[in-house]
Amino acid sequence: MYRTACILFAWGLGIGSASAKDLPLNMPRGVTDISEQVYDLHMTIFYICCIIGALVFGAMFAAMILHRKSRGHKPAQFHESTKVEIIWTTIPFLILIGMAIPATKTLIAMEDTTEADLTVQITGSQWKWHYKYFDYNLEYFSLLATPMSQINNRFKKEENYLLEVDRPLVIPTGKKVRFLITSDDVIHSWWVPEFAVKKDANPGFINEAWTKVNEPGIYRGQCAELCGKDHGFMPVVVIAKAPDEFDTWMAEQEAEQRQAKEKEKELLGMNMEMDELMTLGEKVYLARCAACHQPNGQGIPGVFPGLQGNHMVTQDQEAHIDVVINGVNGTAMQAFGKQIGLKEMAAVITYERNAWGNNTGDIVQPKEVYEVMQK
Amino acid sequence: MSKVIEQDHHEHHDHHHPSGGIKRWLYTTNHKDIGTLYLWFAFIMFLIGGCMALVIRAELFQPGLQIVDPDFFNQMTTVHGLIMVFGAVMPAFTGLANWMVPMMIGAPDMALPRMNNWSFWILPFAFFILLMSLFMEGGGPNFGWTFYAPLSTTYSNDSTALFVFSVHIMGMSSIMGAINVIVTIFNLRAPGMTLMKMPLFVWTWLITAFLLIAVMPVLAGAVTMVLTDKYFGTSFFNAAGGGDPVMFQHIFWFFGHPEVYIMILPAFGIVSTIVPTFSRKRLFGYSSMVYATASIALLSFVVWAHHMFTTGMPLFGELFFMYCTMLISVPTGVKVFNWVATMWRGAMTFEIPMMFSIAFIILFTIGGFSGLMLAITPADFQYHDTYFVVAHFHYVLVTGAIFSIIAAVYYWLPKWTGNMYDEGLAKLHFWCSLISVNVLFFPMHFVGLAGMPRRIPDYAIQFADFNALISVGAFAFGFSQLIFLYLLIKCIRENHQVPAKVWEGADGLEWEVPSPAPYHTFEKPPLIR
Repeated sequence: MYRTACILFAWGLGIGSASAKDLPLNMPRGVTDISEQVYDLHMTIFYICCIIGALVFGAMFAAMILHRKSRGHKPAQFHESTKVEIIWTTIPFLILIGMAIPATKTLIAMEDTTEADLTVQITGSQWKWHYKYFDYNLEYFSLLATPMSQINNRFKKEENYLLEVDRPLVIPTGKKVRFLITSDDVIHSWWVPEFAVKKDANPGFINEAWTKVNEPGIYRGQCAELCGKDHGFMPVVVIAKAPDEFDTWMAEQEAEQRQAKEKEKELLGMNMEMDELMTLGEKVYLARCAACHQPNGQGIPGVFPGLQGNHMVTQDQEAHIDVVINGVNGTAMQAFGKQIGLKEMAAVITYERNAWGNNTGDIVQPKEVYEVMQK
Repeated sequence: MSKVIEQDHHEHHDHHHPSGGIKRWLYTTNHKDIGTLYLWFAFIMFLIGGCMALVIRAELFQPGLQIVDPDFFNQMTTVHGLIMVFGAVMPAFTGLANWMVPMMIGAPDMALPRMNNWSFWILPFAFFILLMSLFMEGGGPNFGWTFYAPLSTTYSNDSTALFVFSVHIMGMSSIMGAINVIVTIFNLRAPGMTLMKMPLFVWTWLITAFLLIAVMPVLAGAVTMVLTDKYFGTSFFNAAGGGDPVMFQHIFWFFGHPEVYIMILPAFGIVSTIVPTFSRKRLFGYSSMVYATASIALLSFVVWAHHMFTTGMPLFGELFFMYCTMLISVPTGVKVFNWVATMWRGAMTFEIPMMFSIAFIILFTIGGFSGLMLAITPADFQYHDTYFVVAHFHYVLVTGAIFSIIAAVYYWLPKWTGNMYDEGLAKLHFWCSLISVNVLFFPMHFVGLAGMPRRIPDYAIQFADFNALISVGAFAFGFSQLIFLYLLIKCIRENHQVPAKVWEGADGLEWEVPSPAPYHTFEKPPLIR
């Protein structure tokens, strides 16, 4: 009924009837017991509003049609009635009590984060999510995967435009997954509509939420709290897998993460070429740094410092490495030491020291990054 | 309700007539002049804030980034909100209060005329500072009109101090305006005008003024803490220094929620004045309207955290604020029922002020319904920070507060200017506004429910059709207001004399004085029987 009414409305506004079925009209029912309860609450209160609206507006339009001066209607004299006032105070009050009971039940269930089968720590930072699995040896960042060329309208926008990430969060179905949500900088909000989970990520504090997904699938959401310039480019993607598939996936990931750490160690003995570092560095720079410092290295005056001709970038190499690893406290400059590997770090610093006419000729090797890291 | 027995004329006060030119407006202590200044200032701010909304809607016409970069987009959403709240709606209501409260209670002027002058004239400076900050290196405020810390402290740009300073000035202006309204109503009522005989517009403004005095200092405190956190190394909202970013939201919304009622209670007063006039029937349930207004005002102090359900409050807190918020719909419902009962078996005509008032009742109620939905905490987790919320508060503020202000202007414009407005243009303005405002805000419910977050410069492609439609509605609504501007200028300049009592069914002291209202009215108080 809701859908039909909405589609009729959309037709009324002249939206193509062919696409009316695909129009985004209502809250998703979702794939968890909780999200279904939330959907039912939403529809119940919506229909209550519709009924009250029909009665009140109906009476009003009846008066407007019947009791108009042009029909010669003479005004009545009544102007108060305590009885009527009590009636229309009491009835809405009773309706509200009827509504508050199921809402309270659902809310109590939503806030019960005990007895979780799996715990994932979610950390927001400008403008990405970090996932860390408790009881497993796995953590990683999840960044927007939509290329700038689509955002800047140079290429056609794909189906999941702005709702795709490089590494989604993976959770098992049928298990109670607890999320511990926090932030490294400003307030973000982790939201997946299909789970009916939206919780703010507050810096310095940990919030709890949970979900138990019934159906395997890919579920997409976005950051819901204004968190600065690229707030709109911070999607959440969650893949729910059957528990055995999840275990296989987890084993693979843990092995990969182990191997990656071993590779890092090998890097310390290697010397990389300028070309190789510059190519990789540009890639890393565009993915991680360009949002603030801009692709041309000029930054945004008064907000984000430029790197072109920047004193630290052209002169003091150790300070430069230190800032990239540890960030600058009290500013938007994050500590990238834990976010990207030694090789990428060496590459991006080399890139910054040689791109946009900085031409210092410095080659930064993974070993040098490692040394600063140890200090 | 009230009858004037004796009324004074004003020839002997020639030396108090306005001096010419700019000095008249700079030095004026006359409540009518200051009311006019407030109203024009609000209208100019409404147009500037509207232009910013059009920048937002132009960017959102299609997915992708086309016109502005995300940082400037955020500045536009922030300054649009600040200007519309503090520059358009609040000064417009203060302007109406200045013009109408003394005339409605039979007072010669506001009680504190010099402070009245000052409370207006600091406003243009506040908004000059705010608007100029947009041209600073790094741009203006970009953290949303709610300026949540630490986005507005550690992570904000250099113009934050200007933002704080301009909000301080706006707050001072509002507090002084509110003090003036309270002192006037308590001290300058004509003999016989008891509190329960006051027109409802005066009542709602009296309660609003108390709300203002209670919460504007809280806002001043919030911005001051932002200032010291950013520039003087305090840690009110910084967890690393022992503070709490969520505390900012508690302080802000302790101001912010009563602020919502500051922007709607005078609107209730306006509609409660206009509906009886054109129904030719006394307002139904006058005293219950007064009590409903007072209970809304009181409840508004205990519901603030419903803006913060997702911040991770304890369960008990969530339940408390859910119940209180649901409760607030009861007195609000009483008001709507009373308006309908006033119309019921009246003898209605549909002049433009009435049309805007009827549109107000229906559309504000729709905004109230979505408010009730938002009160249901589990569902709020889904609605929060989506376009559903944007739809909700624009229904309450645009088709609520702003429609009531427009209704009030049409209602009292003949009294102010002595001329009737152009009926044809007014009808055009009404229908264009009514249709376009719904094309603009109604589809926002859908995209919000389907998952589009607010304050984003770019969106997923499934929202594209609706956003294009919303943008079309936005431009149509924006340009419709130019009809209003033209109509106002035409009405002021042309000569279509109206009698003292402009509307057949009107009741109240303001209709006892000639049209246009003389520069000084009720120098000797009228006697009310």
